[in-house]
Amino acid sequence: MEKTVKSTLSNKEEMLELLHQMQVIRTFEEQVEKLFQAGEIGGTMHLCIGQEASAVGACSVLERKDKIITTHRGHGHSIAKGMDIGRMMAELLGRETGYCHGKGGSMHIADLDVGHLGANGIVGAGLPIATGAALASKMKDLGYVVVCFFGDGATNEGAFHEALNLASIWDLPVVFICENNQYGMSGSVKEMINIEHIATRATSYGIPGKLIDGNDIIQVMETVQEAVERARRGEGPTLIEAETYRWRGHSRSDARKYRTREEEAFWRKNRDPIALFKNKLIVEGIITEEDFAHLVEQVQKEVNDAVEFARNSPMPSIDSLENDVYA
Amino acid sequence: MREITYLEAVREAMVQEMRVNNDVFLMGEDIGIYGGPFGLTKGMIEEFGPERVRNTPISESALTGSAVGAALMGMRPIVELQFSDFITVAMDNIVNQAAKIRYMFGGKGKVPIVVRTPSGSGVGFAAQHSQSLEAWFTHVPGLKVVQPSTPYDAKGLLRAAIEDDNPVLFYEHKLLYGLKGEVPEESYSIPLGKADVKREGSDITIVATSIMVQRALEAAKLLEAQGISVEVVDPRTLFPLDEETIVNSVKKTGRVIVVYEAVKRGGFGAEIASLIAESEAFDYLDAPIIRLGGAAVPIPYNTILEQKAVPQIDDIVKAAQSILNKVTV
Ligand SMILES: Cc1ncc(C[n+]2csc(CCOP(=O)(O)OP(=O)(O)O)c2C)c(N)n1
Ligand SMILES: [Mg+2]
Repeated sequence: MEKTVKSTLSNKEEMLELLHQMQVIRTFEEQVEKLFQAGEIGGTMHLCIGQEASAVGACSVLERKDKIITTHRGHGHSIAKGMDIGRMMAELLGRETGYCHGKGGSMHIADLDVGHLGANGIVGAGLPIATGAALASKMKDLGYVVVCFFGDGATNEGAFHEALNLASIWDLPVVFICENNQYGMSGSVKEMINIEHIATRATSYGIPGKLIDGNDIIQVMETVQEAVERARRGEGPTLIEAETYRWRGHSRSDARKYRTREEEAFWRKNRDPIALFKNKLIVEGIITEEDFAHLVEQVQKEVNDAVEFARNSPMPSIDSLENDVYA
Repeated sequence: MREITYLEAVREAMVQEMRVNNDVFLMGEDIGIYGGPFGLTKGMIEEFGPERVRNTPISESALTGSAVGAALMGMRPIVELQFSDFITVAMDNIVNQAAKIRYMFGGKGKVPIVVRTPSGSGVGFAAQHSQSLEAWFTHVPGLKVVQPSTPYDAKGLLRAAIEDDNPVLFYEHKLLYGLKGEVPEESYSIPLGKADVKREGSDITIVATSIMVQRALEAAKLLEAQGISVEVVDPRTLFPLDEETIVNSVKKTGRVIVVYEAVKRGGFGAEIASLIAESEAFDYLDAPIIRLGGAAVPIPYNTILEQKAVPQIDDIVKAAQSILNKVTV
């Protein structure tokens, strides 16, 4: 039943689907950025442009019953897990039709129906929750695996260490994916962590730690697949460090003084996860430039439709303020 | 006099204290060249360097706990938490450690830390970045809690907080950061435990905290046009609390509305209402005390719902009108 990453690779349809998802994430977020600048989206936003491969690669090897949990930078993971971009956009515009009826916004987007246990506004908070979701899977023999996404900065919270230890001693079916995009808000990994690789932290908890190129979707798929299989076999958690880079500032206003424009240009030019994958597929003769151009056009339409849907959706009613505080 | 913003006033108080006392230093996330999420600490690392403006990893527990240890050994750390909601991650260090050390140790040792942090809703940051949890800390003996509502108060109260030998929670408000007001250039201190009558009046006393002081002042202007004279009392510090100023004002007006942003249930306004009920002002009351507080909900993202979740100027005006109709003489 389990498909291997290799068999996927040669399948044009599936390859295009992966590329399509990455492109949806990018275009969706570019649109979010525009709407934010125009004042149509309020609050704050954290864009994952430049990090699309880890989201799509990791979710592509999951089954529908598997769960994910994400962070403040969670649009990509949400899309990759199968959430509808129209309802996501509606949530960002605070509409009734949004996934959280406009009450959550970008930082709290969630959809239990597709196995998405929520973005989170508290750095590191997702790890213990993912551990608990994996515990439920084990205790009730539900067979699902939990994939927990978080950033490099989160690994300096106590919650990271406590969760990894707990998941390890109980052999829980959870895969911890650290998207090391080199910075927290402004603190660089080099300043904030005294070891070279976050993956090394796995040793402290007696679990496998894998360092991968997070912008190479195939590497992401292969590594996550292996970790998911291990988890499903009941052998416990894995820590994966996916090296990547956030192209945009941390959130709405960020002068990016803590890094150089050269460094940014390097990643954009050489490590763009979409360009890397697209070029690979072209070189291997699986798709053509025209296929890609067509796909980009198609994605723009989908995102436009999402905006249209969101804009045409009603605001939540004032009376709904006190609904859903308790079950 | 020169006008600066609330945010600048907070920064100026820290800078002036750091210039005169080498034991004072700042720890927090992204407080270096990034300047913190609101730009409050901009320029500080340039002046004081990374030893005294310590940019930390995302580790609220370790950074608050290490402030406790450093304070116990003679330093005077200021901790910046980016959003007051994150205080939950630092809770043990504040509640079980900082607050209790002196008492548990039989009166030896002191923990002079200031935890500065912005609270409140109104900017669309939703449930985990918008709370007003200050009442929690007033419930813990050993802690002091400060909530400035103007640039002038922010500067003077912060100096007092830094000079205080006890742990102080210093609650700023995101919506007040941009507020401008007259602030002397020289350093000054406002004693903790001294309320301020922000506006004198004779018909109704409004006791308000933080952003609600500004809303109460706006409401008072509208009410004045209707011939209603409102006195606005700002406790400024929740503990120590200046009960006398509150009680005297209520004795004068005979009617009181307590306005606070936190969830009404269990919020600090309940404490203020009870102290009035227990005091000699009780005999002077011409109407039941009204409390205006936040709805019992997490702060929603949608701005319309968000505004509805906490008292607005209009709600204060309506409460004032209704308290005048409830005369029970
Ligand atoms: C407990 C807590 N501390 C601080 C913050 C403020 N904050 C939000 S995102 C962020 C940086 C997170 O860095 P990282 O984990 O690397 O994720 P990235 O933003 O790079 O995706 C910080 C400091 C928060 N939301 N929660
Ligand atoms: Mg990061």
